Amino acid sequence: MENELKFHYMVHTSLDVVDEKISAMGKALVDQRELYLGLLYPTEDYKVYGYVTNSKVKFVMVVDSSNTALRDNEIRSMFRKLHNSYTDVMCNPFYNPGDRIQSRVFDNMVTSMMIQVC
Amino acid sequence: MEAAAGGGCGSGPSLLLSDGEQQCYSELFARCVGAASGGQGPGPAEAARVASGTASAAAGPVADLFRASQLPAETLHQITELCGAKRVGYFGPTQFYVALKLIAAAQSGLPVRIESIKCELPLPRFMMSKNDGEMRFGNPAELHGSKVQIPYLTTEKNSFKRMDDEEKQQETQSPTMSPLASPPSSPPHYQRVPLSHGYSKLRSSMEQMHPVPYEGRQPLVQPEGTSFGVSGAKPLRHQASLIRSFSVERELQDNNSNYPDEPWRITEEQREYYINQFRSLQPDPSSFISGSVAKNFFTKSKLSIPELSYIWELSDADCDGALTLPEFCAAFHLIVARKNGYPLPEGLPPTLQPEYLQAAFPKPKWECALFDSYSESMLTNQQACDLNGMEKTSVKDMADFPAPTQDVTGDDKQALKSTLTEALPKDVPEDPATPKDSNSLKARPRSRSYSSTSIEEAMKRGEDPPTPPPRPQKTHSRASSLDLNKVFQPSVPATKSGLLPPPPALPPRPCPSQQPEQVSEAELPPQLNRAPSQAAESSPAKKDVSYSQPPSKPIRRKFRPENQSTESQEPSTAVGGPASGATVKPHPTVQKQSSKQKKAIQTAIRKNKEANAVLARLNSELQQQLKEVHQERIALENQLEQLRPVTVL
Repeated sequence: MENELKFHYMVHTSLDVVDEKISAMGKALVDQRELYLGLLYPTEDYKVYGYVTNSKVKFVMVVDSSNTALRDNEIRSMFRKLHNSYTDVMCNPFYNPGDRIQSRVFDNMVTSMMIQVC
Repeated sequence: MEAAAGGGCGSGPSLLLSDGEQQCYSELFARCVGAASGGQGPGPAEAARVASGTASAAAGPVADLFRASQLPAETLHQITELCGAKRVGYFGPTQFYVALKLIAAAQSGLPVRIESIKCELPLPRFMMSKNDGEMRFGNPAELHGSKVQIPYLTTEKNSFKRMDDEEKQQETQSPTMSPLASPPSSPPHYQRVPLSHGYSKLRSSMEQMHPVPYEGRQPLVQPEGTSFGVSGAKPLRHQASLIRSFSVERELQDNNSNYPDEPWRITEEQREYYINQFRSLQPDPSSFISGSVAKNFFTKSKLSIPELSYIWELSDADCDGALTLPEFCAAFHLIVARKNGYPLPEGLPPTLQPEYLQAAFPKPKWECALFDSYSESMLTNQQACDLNGMEKTSVKDMADFPAPTQDVTGDDKQALKSTLTEALPKDVPEDPATPKDSNSLKARPRSRSYSSTSIEEAMKRGEDPPTPPPRPQKTHSRASSLDLNKVFQPSVPATKSGLLPPPPALPPRPCPSQQPEQVSEAELPPQLNRAPSQAAESSPAKKDVSYSQPPSKPIRRKFRPENQSTESQEPSTAVGGPASGATVKPHPTVQKQSSKQKKAIQTAIRKNKEANAVLARLNSELQQQLKEVHQERIALENQLEQLRPVTVL
């Protein structure tokens, strides 16, 4: 439980960093902006990666710092998979944007991704 | 029983029943009533529906019985209408007897009318279906077979009452079906099997009492199936829905073949129903239902949103936010199953996979649908052909596009005929249609560009009459007067000829100058030749020499003596020599031509100057506008920068 809260807090603080990054790139056209934001900021225990879609939906990934085997490309591919699964969830007309995602497919994908990394 | 029957008879149309008939009918009636009461233990609503507390035959066994009479469905409908069951809403003894009498009449070939029952008729004959007959005769194999079904479906007995209620509601509802009421009629085979099983038990027990009109089992599955398939198209009709349910019931047993997951199999009736529903939402069976449309439709089924969301996830295999026909059928089936109490599966069952559903679609229906989709694809092809035909540009384009489209339609035909699946007609017409559409779309702007270029070229041709050879000739003609001088003054032409190459780069000449140029072309070549002869000319002039050589030949012969005289002055080019001599004689005509050309040139110069002035003015105006816009932009950027630090805190 504590960990969950801590992660929630970390994700929330990282949202500010994401906003900063978006606004910094905002002068250029949106098309030129990269979706993958890269390492947002490292703490002593964790690294936080960010990704934002064209519709300003933000994905934040918190990774253990001790997991040095994780490369940037892998993170990118994970974000891409997340993005694809997210669009599949959005395609469901019964899903209201902003709701908690209850899609089993999505959950399975995320779990498998996390297991694969760990 | 007979007394009640007699009493009942008095209320309806006057029936004269012989003793045999009375006995038979009462037996049948008792059977139906008994079956009704036996088959529906938890059916207090059924009793409530019975008006005035008199025993009435439940619609189920009655329909079964009527069906066994082997009469066509329409006749049975007529009979039920006539006997008053529809009016009253149930089969009371009166209605039942009238119906039986009408059945007898129909079987004897008499028209189905009230009058026909007044005469003496043989007893109605009832051919039992394979289902009931086998069960009735207590065939152990079949009983076992039917028993096997029961464990699957015992859980559904409690929902039977609900189904029945909904079915009754279905009658009273308006013709626009809501998915709530109508789907229950589609999987009634889940419920009907226990009913028929109970019924068959009763009948087998009562069978010994009444051997007369029932004959042995008849393998009548197919014709009845098809006839009830037709009747199944009117699910609102009470009888039709029941009849359909019984035929569905038979099919359930037939479908015991491959897959163990019976509840997830879509039967023919259900499929037809789903297809009709699909059509009501989207007329084209090969196209998609959008997500919002499907959402509205499925929310009518009153399932919870998370469940609907999960069903959608299962059924929308390609996750495109739209449902094709097999996806729609799968989703509908899942919803129906869920409403009947089945838990939703973890994954899409194999019988509900889109590939399976497409392969298993009934052929006659899909030939029509395929034909529709194929005709649509043909239409799109024709449209593409027409669009391409409308291209004014080149015949070649027209030849190109119809050829590939016809090839693709050939492929379409083969694909459609070979597989008879839905995906291919859906995908193939769409895919070739879309590339064809894109081709036609690409072709259309291309045609426009062609036409525009042709127009531009035509316009340019109007403005730009002189081809390069004439133009330099003109210039040479202009310089011809000078060249004449050059003939006598070899020193001068060196500089003058230097002027000659630049003139070819002049802008297009107006039309009127073209004709005099062409007329004077014969004379021009000698003048052209003079230029190269008098100076070391560049290649264009030499080309002109080559052009001018043929026309200058006739002139050459005339002026040979002069050539010879002037040859000394032109030792450099032998070609130029003979031609140069020709210049002496045409000199006066050349002068006239040159004056005309001078005027033409001068007018051209004037026009060009005017055009120049106009363009210069335009340019300056645009420059001013540009400056203003720049200034505005700078001002806006300043403002933006001033505002920016305020927002970013």
